[in-house]
Amino acid sequence: MPITIALAGNPNAGKTTLFNTLTGARQHVGNYPGVTVEKKAGAYIFPSGEEATIVDLPGTYSLTAYSVEEVVARDYLVQEKPDVVINITDASNLERNLYLSTQFLELGVPMIIALNMIDVAQDRGITLDAQRLADLLKVPVIPILARSGKGTPELMAAALDLAQKNTPWNPLHISYGEDVDLALQTMAQCITTAGFMTDSYTPRWLALKYLEGDSQIQEKGRKNNPAVNAQLQEIVAKVGEHLHQTMETYPEAIIADHRYGYLKSVLRQEVISHKFDTDRLHASDRIDKVLTNRFLGPLIMLGVLLGLYKFTFTYSELPVAWIETFFNWLGGNLSTLLPDGHLKSMLISGVIDGMGGVLGFVPLIMFMFFGIAILEDSGYLARVAFMMDRVFRIFGLHGSSVMAYIVSGGIAGGCAVPGVMAARTLRSPRERLATLLTVSFMNCGAKLPVLALLTATFFSNNQAQLMFLLTLLAWGVALTAAKVLRLTVLRGESTPFVMELPPYRFPTFRGLLIHTWERTWQYIKKAGTTILAISILIWAMMTFPGLPQSEEEFFAQQRQEAIASSDQATEALSLKEKLAAIDTAQAGSSLRHSLAGRVGTAMESVSWLPGFDWRTNIALVGGFAAKEVIVTTLGTAYSLGETDPEANGSLAETLAQDPHWNPVVALALIVFVMFYAPCFVTVVCISRESGSWKWGLFSICFNTGFAFLLATLVYQGGRALGFAG
Amino acid sequence: MPTILLREMQKDQSGTITAVKVGGELGRRIRDMGIVPGTRITIMGRAPLYDPVAIRIMGGTLTLRNSEADYIEVDVATPEENR
Repeated sequence: MPITIALAGNPNAGKTTLFNTLTGARQHVGNYPGVTVEKKAGAYIFPSGEEATIVDLPGTYSLTAYSVEEVVARDYLVQEKPDVVINITDASNLERNLYLSTQFLELGVPMIIALNMIDVAQDRGITLDAQRLADLLKVPVIPILARSGKGTPELMAAALDLAQKNTPWNPLHISYGEDVDLALQTMAQCITTAGFMTDSYTPRWLALKYLEGDSQIQEKGRKNNPAVNAQLQEIVAKVGEHLHQTMETYPEAIIADHRYGYLKSVLRQEVISHKFDTDRLHASDRIDKVLTNRFLGPLIMLGVLLGLYKFTFTYSELPVAWIETFFNWLGGNLSTLLPDGHLKSMLISGVIDGMGGVLGFVPLIMFMFFGIAILEDSGYLARVAFMMDRVFRIFGLHGSSVMAYIVSGGIAGGCAVPGVMAARTLRSPRERLATLLTVSFMNCGAKLPVLALLTATFFSNNQAQLMFLLTLLAWGVALTAAKVLRLTVLRGESTPFVMELPPYRFPTFRGLLIHTWERTWQYIKKAGTTILAISILIWAMMTFPGLPQSEEEFFAQQRQEAIASSDQATEALSLKEKLAAIDTAQAGSSLRHSLAGRVGTAMESVSWLPGFDWRTNIALVGGFAAKEVIVTTLGTAYSLGETDPEANGSLAETLAQDPHWNPVVALALIVFVMFYAPCFVTVVCISRESGSWKWGLFSICFNTGFAFLLATLVYQGGRALGFAG
Repeated sequence: MPTILLREMQKDQSGTITAVKVGGELGRRIRDMGIVPGTRITIMGRAPLYDPVAIRIMGGTLTLRNSEADYIEVDVATPEENR
């Protein structure tokens, strides 16, 4: 049996770097059940041949139950009981880092403290006595450099040694002052007598969590034994009231103060010495003087975000084109190999187009995650959040939301799929969900052909101005929608912003690659299968039921007539044209006859409000597959045959001449296309990232309802004002 | 020595935290990050729109919103300790 070693520590302490150094490419990324927190595990083989499974726990500052990360980390330790916990700490910021360590000590897990970044600490004039710290805390303390791997053999040897000793858990008891200690004692007795959840937790630890107001433990306690729970709550309330009256403080505050007090008393015993004043400016602070400067900061940030955007969308163009070419080639080959019929149609329009759809996003996602990994690992992302927070907070969002919006099309032409995934960098749940649900309002690259077609046809004089206005409109609507969501379905206090500005660091190339590959692979694996299934479903909707026998015969007859009436030698070309015209006419009627067509026709009963006819409706149904499909489907519905979304001269002409169309209808459609249901790839990603299909479904309904309302307002308002002439 | 709210502190001003008067999630987060009575802090700077604020504490840099800084009382150091 391999031993299990859990890596735990503060975010930014170098946990992931150590994990990558130890396990290399032997990693497995999954999810903790029921939550979207990543679970990373990897294999490590000791020089002596023993094997270990290394689990990278999410980075936390504490072991309370406020964030999912904390719950996940704690549940893992308590339930899975790893053989050893390696607590990785940032030696240049040791006091704060050890706060989490005291909580591990109080839990009693067999632990080793790894003092990471001792080089940075030395540069800052901090001298640490690891042996002294080990003696005082009674756990092994090993200095390491996770980045270069220095000290890791010693660290792992100590871990193996500790695991083989197999010592029982030995919780540390810190004194929290008279009032709290007394309450703890009473509660622990009460817990021991009742045998209250003692199979999982030690009595004193449980009592401590009750005093800290830990909602997860209290909830468990309530379910386990309501009577004991009530008894404990009563003691907590009494102490709380007493502390509030006498000292104007809270039990949890007293507990935290005493933990820090304990740490200070340890560190003061010649463990740590500072050569310089602790306020001395570090290199990182000097960089911040420029990068977060009141005037220069926002300008540089704009440049960096623009750079990320350019990097993602320009450099991914070529690989995206390769993938497209490959799938076109595959489709073309298959088309000549297979006989005509439903199987061929399904393979080409359903499977190959669907796979092309999934894989076509891969270069985009890879480039974006690579860019974000650089910003994240270097520490710049935290500065972006710091600078943008005041603006985004107005809308109930977080400073980090800006990334997701930009990538989604805040600069017209992005893509909501990587945008939704960029929201991962947000750690506040409500703000994150509000961001996830509103980024799809941005003008992504797939909406652009539709917008370009309509603006060029009906507003050719001010196309550029209108496109710019539409970008502003997208921002306005997305932020307003976020605010509305935060006031209604996602109501609640904003998550505390308190955040670390980590020192700037050069990202390691290996770390960047692992980061990028992991996230991209997750997209392919998870979203891929679902997207393929939906793609086939949409194909079926637009194909079945086929034309009735009589109509099929009608078109067959027309073909025969055309062939019969032509002189083979002279009119070969014109015959080909005639046959093609019949083909497109048949495709048009087939589409109208299909399920999607029927839905489109049936929807006319409501779609007259925003002024859409059945052809537009079908195109919008098709647009759920991908927004650029709207143009193609509209072409088919107008029986124009294969329409190239980039070169749609004939469609523009048809629309301009059609009496049904006018600038008001066009504007209503523009507004609708911008804001209605996101394409299903985005919906799948929203569901994956939010951890629930409920939110994917919500985004479809909410967006479509909202777009419908807005388009109706535009159409009816425009007509009332007499612009529809 | 005067005690003021963290929000009222100037850039580069130092002081010692005397009280953190908030409980619940915010209180917990603040304390987790090392903002506890008796700790020395220095204002590093503010975001372009004057909010949030960046502070130096225990050798690291933290940021918090002004609305969150309102719960933190600081005993501002005497001028000669100030740089």
